[in-house]
Amino acid sequence: MEFTEDQLQRYSRHIILPEVGGKGQKKILNAKVFIVGAGGLGCPVGYYLAAAGIGTIGIIDNDTIELSNLQRQIAHNTERLGMLKIESAKKTFESLNPDVKVIGTKERISKDNIKDLIKDYDIVVDGSDNFPTRYLVNDACVMMKKPLVSGAILKFEGQVTTILPGEGHCYRCLFEEMPPAGLVPSCQEAGVLGAITGVVGALQATEVLKLILGKGEPLKNTLLIYDALRVNFRRVKVPKNPDCPVCGAHPTITELQDYDAGYCRI
Amino acid sequence: MGDVKPDIKIDKKINIKGLVCPYTFVKAKLAVEDMEVGETLEILLDYEEASRSIPKSMEDHGQKVLKVEKINDTDWIILIKKEKE
Repeated sequence: MEFTEDQLQRYSRHIILPEVGGKGQKKILNAKVFIVGAGGLGCPVGYYLAAAGIGTIGIIDNDTIELSNLQRQIAHNTERLGMLKIESAKKTFESLNPDVKVIGTKERISKDNIKDLIKDYDIVVDGSDNFPTRYLVNDACVMMKKPLVSGAILKFEGQVTTILPGEGHCYRCLFEEMPPAGLVPSCQEAGVLGAITGVVGALQATEVLKLILGKGEPLKNTLLIYDALRVNFRRVKVPKNPDCPVCGAHPTITELQDYDAGYCRI
Repeated sequence: MGDVKPDIKIDKKINIKGLVCPYTFVKAKLAVEDMEVGETLEILLDYEEASRSIPKSMEDHGQKVLKVEKINDTDWIILIKKEKE
């Protein structure tokens, strides 16, 4: 495929980068990325991926926009209160860049639908806000060998890690089991500074683009922890656990489970 | 005997007259990407700044600048040899 004149202008700052060029930009245009959640992280991740020209963005979310979302969920706006988040995200991303096709799914992600949802995508981004989903997405990506860029935020802190099944660690190598319900506070209980969702989401989008381009070093076997109050980025090594219950040599988790059982929704 | 200039075989030519930065380099770079290592590109341009920035950027990207020549009041010719994918 040849670039149109509009595309040459739109992507000129990418094309002139030695690491991207016309070939890299075409890889981006042909890429398919699935985002779990159209909230605090899903908004900036999708926004930057749309700007970059990711050809197909899948996004799943079951919620409608509430006023309390707008302090951080920048793809949505005040006129769209009550609208489905996936509809709003589609409008925002496609109007930013008509090269992008956004496929929204209004559902809760579950063990029954996740494999079908992600099977046609190259990379999965987790922007969910709860542990059952985080573990579900991890386990499904490991089983289907899909690269996963996982992000999390709370208060003034964020975390990012890139999971390359078969090559590096997974989320269960880091934290084998979910914390018990109620132990870790949610954003709703503990609060979050809206702007840090932008920092973490932009880091996730950057990881996605690096994976598509095959450039640089992904956050493999590494957890990046961002402390906004001290302006500190800390890299913590996360070795692959040979006995990991999902990605180890003899996995004990071979089927997706009912992750929500006994777990309060946040 | 006159000067004997080694002939440079031109494999591809582009005319980017009328374009300004950064599109001058965008077009030149895309042309180089589509060529094989060892081939030579001739660029015809009329944007003075690009007569300096294209050779510099091409060298930064690992390509070889064979010639930069002002051919008349408005135009330049730049020859780039592709040395690197």
